[in-house]
Amino acid sequence: MIEVSGLTKKYGEVLAVDDVSFSVSKGEIVGFLGPNGAGKSTTMKVLTGYLAPTEGTASINGHDIIDQPLAARAAVGYLPESTALYEEMGVVDYLRYMGRMQGVAGAAIQGRIDDVIQTCGLATMAHKDISQLSKGYHQRVGLAQALLNDPPVLILDEPTSGLDPAQIVEIRSLITRIAEEKAILLSTHILPEAQNTCSRILIISNGKLVGEGTSGELLDMVSGNEQYSVRLRGGDGTLRRLEQLKGVTAVSSNMENGELAATISAEKGHDLRERIFDTAVESGAKLLELSHTSTSLEDVFLSLTGTTGRRSGQEGGSQDG
Amino acid sequence: MGKICTVWNREFRAFWLSPIAYIIIIAFLALTNFLYFRTFFVEGQASLRAFFDFLPWTFLLILPALTMGQWAEERKTGTIEPLLTLPVTEWQVVLGKYLASVSLLGCILLLTTPLVFSVMKLSSNGIDEGQTLMSYFGALLLGATYLAIGSWVSSFSDNQIVAFILSLAAIAVLLFVGLPFVTFFVEGGFSVLLRNIGLTTHYSSLGRGVLDLRDLLYFGSMIFFFCFLTTRMVESRKWS
Repeated sequence: MIEVSGLTKKYGEVLAVDDVSFSVSKGEIVGFLGPNGAGKSTTMKVLTGYLAPTEGTASINGHDIIDQPLAARAAVGYLPESTALYEEMGVVDYLRYMGRMQGVAGAAIQGRIDDVIQTCGLATMAHKDISQLSKGYHQRVGLAQALLNDPPVLILDEPTSGLDPAQIVEIRSLITRIAEEKAILLSTHILPEAQNTCSRILIISNGKLVGEGTSGELLDMVSGNEQYSVRLRGGDGTLRRLEQLKGVTAVSSNMENGELAATISAEKGHDLRERIFDTAVESGAKLLELSHTSTSLEDVFLSLTGTTGRRSGQEGGSQDG
Repeated sequence: MGKICTVWNREFRAFWLSPIAYIIIIAFLALTNFLYFRTFFVEGQASLRAFFDFLPWTFLLILPALTMGQWAEERKTGTIEPLLTLPVTEWQVVLGKYLASVSLLGCILLLTTPLVFSVMKLSSNGIDEGQTLMSYFGALLLGATYLAIGSWVSSFSDNQIVAFILSLAAIAVLLFVGLPFVTFFVEGGFSVLLRNIGLTTHYSSLGRGVLDLRDLLYFGSMIFFFCFLTTRMVESRKWS
């Protein structure tokens, strides 16, 4: 449904998207994950035809975005990051306008409007002006607009930003509900969201695609990150013994009120909990706490993108408006 | 065509939903009626001369306010992004927006007709209806050209006030170059060129009641040229 190959976008000399290729097929929800300014929004703007790629191309539902821009755009429902709406219009008015512009047939339009108002939970707000709506309802109108012509492809730029937790859950379940029939690309910088909603995750950093896969696959990509935190009292030389355990790569520790707090990093695939316990007992120490923290998607994210926020603001600064 | 109508419809209704249309209409009617009644009472004449002669200047102050927000506002609020990612061409959007502003201009001109009827009633020797109609036609073309220029300026400004001042300046230049006090100071051939570039030459020629193909061609190509520039300007965001 979405095929992207070698997509590159430069703002003047600044490389915003660098040779990105991926595809999204029907029934998939693909999460586009990356720090601010990584190139998520820029990629989406190129896919929806707001910006032209500097190099490479993409196709949507089989229509090339450069050669058949109108057909490609007709196949996409797009929720831009800004969710800018015409504030002076009424909700239904706005949806009717967008529906006509998307090419929904005149006779079908009222039915479609009723549908998306239902789907997006806008019934109570339908007769208000957009300027009277809260941020959450703005977001819903934006989403309703994207669904109007029942497009096979949805591109949603941070669909849950600015929403309260209850609304986030609602929008998320809405997206999962409609996902079966569609190819959905959504961007986010919220990790749990990507983990919960998306069937596949793309991690982008500095314009480059640095990781791709299900959250499980991504976790496997980052090795040596099993961690144990241990709290001990007494027992001389426990620390040295722990360091010598098979699979341990590093131990850091500090003393607090006569308790030794240590963080043990180990290679993947070794469950060291029992041996840590045994070691503590053998060296006469009292084990107060032992917990195992395996790699989180956050660790994957941080390790794949380097430090976060390094380039923050660059993307926003280069766009007009 | 359908998409152009849809854009036109939204834009035209948006004018009436914002105070700007009313402010412009009231300001315009106040100004033109003042100019008319001044000659009416001071000179004791009922004539449309003053009205049509001052129109290039009243339009200059008023019409840039109609177009200043046309693109600047969409860029500022960000609504331009959902608009231009719809399956429409830039040309359709530009034309729809432009025609909406021309329609409002038409409404404004319609609102000046009571003036004409009063002149018809009061003037001793009546008025030349054909010439008046032609003057209105000239006024519509002149105003439509202003709007095309204003639309273009708005397409590259982020700020409405800047758009207003720049369009006013751009239109003023085109008004001034054709005026005698400018053309007087330049050499023969160049002065003819300037006179023909100037807006007033063509406007007053229509105002005399003469339908000259050259004037139609002039206004037509000016409008097309600036709408074309607007389209290119709107497209240029893609390669920014």
